[in-house]
Amino acid sequence: MPHNALAIAFPIAGTKAGRAVATALIALAVFGLLLAAAGKDPFRAYLDTLAYVFGNAYGFSELLVRMVPLMLTATAVALPARIGLINVGGEGQLYMGALFATGGAIAFPEQPSFVLLPLMTLLGFAGGGLWALLPGLLRAARLVNETISTLLLNYVAPLIVSYLIFGPWRSSESAAYPESTAFSDAARLPAFFHTRIHAGLLFGIVCLALFSFFMAKSRWGLEMRAIGGNPEAARRLGIPVFRYTVAVMAIAGGVAGLAGMSEVSAIQGRLVMGLSPGYGFAGFLVAWLAGTSAWGIAFMSFLFAIIASAGDILQFTQGVPYAVINVLMAIVLFIVLGQRQSRRAPR
Amino acid sequence: MIAAELDVPLVEARGIRKTFGALVANDVEVFELRGGEIHALLGENGAGKSTLSKILYGYYRPDAGDIIVEGKKVSIASPRDARALGIGMVFQTFTLIPAFSVFENIILFLQDLPFVIKDGVIRQRIEDFEARFGFSVNLDAIAGRLSAGEQQQVEILKQLLAGARILILDEPTKVLTPQESQGLFKSMEALRAAGYSIVFISHKLSEVLSCANRITVMRHGRIAGQLKDDEATEAGLLSLMFGTIANPEEPRGRDHRPRISRSPVLELRSVTCAAGTGGVTLWDISLKVNEGEIVGIAGISGNGQRELSDLILGLNKPLRGQKLLWGEDASKWGAAKTREHGAAFIADDPAAFSSIASLTVRENLALGTGKTYYSRVGLQWAKLDKEMKSAFARFGFPRPPFEAVAANLSGGNLQRMVLTREISRDPGLIVALYPTRGLDVQSANAVRDALIEMRNKGAALLVVSEELEELFMLSDRLAVLTEGRLIAEFEPSQYNAEMVGSWMVRAPEMLSAA
Repeated sequence: MPHNALAIAFPIAGTKAGRAVATALIALAVFGLLLAAAGKDPFRAYLDTLAYVFGNAYGFSELLVRMVPLMLTATAVALPARIGLINVGGEGQLYMGALFATGGAIAFPEQPSFVLLPLMTLLGFAGGGLWALLPGLLRAARLVNETISTLLLNYVAPLIVSYLIFGPWRSSESAAYPESTAFSDAARLPAFFHTRIHAGLLFGIVCLALFSFFMAKSRWGLEMRAIGGNPEAARRLGIPVFRYTVAVMAIAGGVAGLAGMSEVSAIQGRLVMGLSPGYGFAGFLVAWLAGTSAWGIAFMSFLFAIIASAGDILQFTQGVPYAVINVLMAIVLFIVLGQRQSRRAPR
Repeated sequence: MIAAELDVPLVEARGIRKTFGALVANDVEVFELRGGEIHALLGENGAGKSTLSKILYGYYRPDAGDIIVEGKKVSIASPRDARALGIGMVFQTFTLIPAFSVFENIILFLQDLPFVIKDGVIRQRIEDFEARFGFSVNLDAIAGRLSAGEQQQVEILKQLLAGARILILDEPTKVLTPQESQGLFKSMEALRAAGYSIVFISHKLSEVLSCANRITVMRHGRIAGQLKDDEATEAGLLSLMFGTIANPEEPRGRDHRPRISRSPVLELRSVTCAAGTGGVTLWDISLKVNEGEIVGIAGISGNGQRELSDLILGLNKPLRGQKLLWGEDASKWGAAKTREHGAAFIADDPAAFSSIASLTVRENLALGTGKTYYSRVGLQWAKLDKEMKSAFARFGFPRPPFEAVAANLSGGNLQRMVLTREISRDPGLIVALYPTRGLDVQSANAVRDALIEMRNKGAALLVVSEELEELFMLSDRLAVLTEGRLIAEFEPSQYNAEMVGSWMVRAPEMLSAA
């Protein structure tokens, strides 16, 4: 039975895929109007974007590069969401992962990459994990809501990073620009095909695959779905809700930390301030829009990577600031929220 | 009964069909409600009584069929439409706003409130209704503090004040004490005499026989038969309900021999425990349940039953005193450990505390079974399927499809699913809260048989119930729980409904005075 006018007009909009397509079309239309109102040519803008991301190998490779942190931070949201926790701390966890990984790279500059990269991966996971462990513990002990604590810690992590790169870790080479010493070559994640596509893409794919497999097939996944479905009953069934809360938050933080590790190791090659243009927040959006399913996350990450690439290209061709893509993301969010509300509201 | 003699029924449902997925919840040829009658809708759990009444109230829309009110075909798309036609329904779970007063709850429900509410006029109307129909609720009381019986009265008053002429009461006696039920029947009779029509949903034969003018029996979503009160007999109704006659007699295998083995499985030594989810503090509870013994706990629900269960399960820890399980100090054990040692729990509300609505029946059956079905990372689903199927068969329960999502099960099916999971792994201790609540006669008998079988095999059982008959049938000993205290204990020779009942309703002040 159709739920709204949209679904009546376009029967396909009643299906899940149909809704996603409808969302994208409406978002593009509204954003197009905005561009037009600003005196730009929306059709030109969209064509430029498509030509950029699909028309040449470089554009497409950049798209994949942007997908990596989105997939990881989205997984970091989707996993706790399955037990009813809301992790909005992906950004902070990403920064802490980057920080820990950098610590490894700086402490052992002489080590070969087969030692250093696994170490940095572990450290990146640990950094993000610790940053989410605290909210997990506070939540499990019923002291502080995890949404609040993860959100606030987002503002703390970059401050610690900036302390280190302005202070102890500051590079002596570039006195003007605050950044850490450059990593040794061994500390750089390998890139493929002479592009910037790097091994971090494997992190993303592996994490998503593991997430999907464990949720659907493992007994831990079953217990997590039980907690997410009815925590009171789960407690009475002997499922250790406290331990799951702490462990799931820590693992999720670790996954976001991997995003930070791959960004510093593969892209930046050193710890810098503007490490992430809000990947953690975008990842939240991705996970939410995807409904926390693995395929959905992969698809939505792809879509958001296109939007992010659009920001790049529109700067050049249309002379609009990169930040306009935040407008587009916000429009997408509002449309999705509106759809959910209209499905939930009583008739 | 002038209205009843008119030819046109007040409400008529024709060809109503409603499916939920593969489940046909309703396939009703004709259901008629006449003016000024109490019409009982009788049937076992999942027979389609609630579905039919929710369709009449506009809560569900039928897939097919017509509803005719006073000879005119109507479309009831929402409860609002139903109310406009004078149809009101009181659900099993109440919809009062706990923080509001009774009066506020009632006026909130009225459709055409003026901008400035004239309290006095409305109050007068409510009080008139109360006096005419034998209700007694303080209008200024806070709804959240009312007993279930009083809340129900408020729900009925709400509907009356909003102009309902037809009242649908969905299992109204489920939450009531026997005395409260009698009061409700009197009110129903007064309403009927005043020309109201009542649809009374129940699966208790005695109630239906005592209060209804006409009885419609439902089975598997269909109308199995319709009888007038003077034609109805217990045996006749049972055969309509079940097709075959079920004997509600003493459970098989009842063993009155004194038990020889006497080692305690559960022992509470003057345990005091802070208020948990139910909000009742347990005071100085001392209790022992031995192997091969059923200890019954009588009491009106909400007097600490859930807290007692949570205490034994390990969700609430004793503040004072000691809890022993199998001779070990278990005061600090958590739920997982308690279950692993062989304790099974049947919670008071299977939907809220024993099952996960979003998971399938199969997944629900796997939860809480400890390591029994572990494989390396997953579970041995084939083994689980096989064992659970045979468990359902062993208890004689109808088996829902294991792929079905638990949210789509009826209350009775859900209860049977939980019972099967909990009892089938041969636990050494069973804490069962209202184990037969919401079950039809046959299933209830099967559950009682299974509990007694467990006892005869040597399990220790703590059975909490409101039905004294059931407790007398099952228990080797019986204690009464009132306001978080165990106040009296009885041996089988002392079982007497009047005496035990009087302890159940006794207030603690009276205890200290005694």
